[in-house]
Amino acid sequence: MNNWKMLTLVGQDQPGIVARITTALYEAGAQLGEASMMRLGGNFTIMLMVKSEQSIEELTQCLTPVVQDMNLTISFQSIEASLHQHEIPDSIITVYGADRSGIVAKTTTALLEAGYNITDLDSDVAGSEAEPIYIIQIEGIATQGMAAVEKAVEQIKADGVNVDLAPLDVMIG
Amino acid sequence: MAILDILKYPDEALKQVSEPVELFDDQLQNFLVDLEETMWAGPGGVGIAAPQVGCFKRIAIVDVSSKPKIKHNGCMILINPEIKTWEGMKIGREGCMSVPDYTGNVIRAEKITLQACNAQGELIDYECTGYEARAVQHELDHLDGLLFLDRLVSRRTDLFKRKVYKK
Repeated sequence: MNNWKMLTLVGQDQPGIVARITTALYEAGAQLGEASMMRLGGNFTIMLMVKSEQSIEELTQCLTPVVQDMNLTISFQSIEASLHQHEIPDSIITVYGADRSGIVAKTTTALLEAGYNITDLDSDVAGSEAEPIYIIQIEGIATQGMAAVEKAVEQIKADGVNVDLAPLDVMIG
Repeated sequence: MAILDILKYPDEALKQVSEPVELFDDQLQNFLVDLEETMWAGPGGVGIAAPQVGCFKRIAIVDVSSKPKIKHNGCMILINPEIKTWEGMKIGREGCMSVPDYTGNVIRAEKITLQACNAQGELIDYECTGYEARAVQHELDHLDGLLFLDRLVSRRTDLFKRKVYKK
């Protein structure tokens, strides 16, 4: 048992979610690990690694006052996890185009077939309500070489979206 | 010859400002050999600054010649370096031997000119662009007690902006 749990949280965005949730966890003696928190469609979302000897039920109980007061939804799950395991991505792919169904599915399927391992993906709907555009930023590792990914990019482009593949050369100094 | 120990943040010593080199003696030459060897021993290291090994003198080494297809000045021994001009801005991903297991986006000038003494104390002018300019700016920051962590910019927003500007 490594005692890591993943907390997922969602609720209407309002001031104080992060401060109140993390304070409750701190006061419960939990340790926090890596996290991703962002606003999506007016909701605030959290994925947070929490390390604690307390059970999921006990941790949930610690957060109940905040969760009820702020009308949030949370869930903990036990995970196999450890820190200091960052993989350095070797490329960034940006995809954008007029919004329509299937962009993410087609893009990521083509990348999967090219051996591309996604380490980070952000997508957004921008533009106007009448003419929405879809934007995806992907970071990842070309496990079967960049040539295969370049081919996948051409395939994605043929579908009428703009795709840019840029190598990510991390400068270690 | 020896591989020196790398100071790692949160060691506060990394945050101090280093002093200019005054003596270009044998001791300095020996240190430069060790510093370069330590740089090569690091994973993917293309630069190193003296404070990273606990020597608080204004000394850095940058050598990006191992990277394919980029402009470079070979192995640059930079003693008492001073950047004279900056041009352009670009976001790039950086990591640091003194900050293991983390990389982040930093804005650096795309083109710089600088002046620095070599190992013999002769003043040399350099022009650096792109990846090499980034490495030089990263290393010279160490001489002023700055880490790339002091210059992080958002991962999300800036990546897309860069693509827009490129067109």
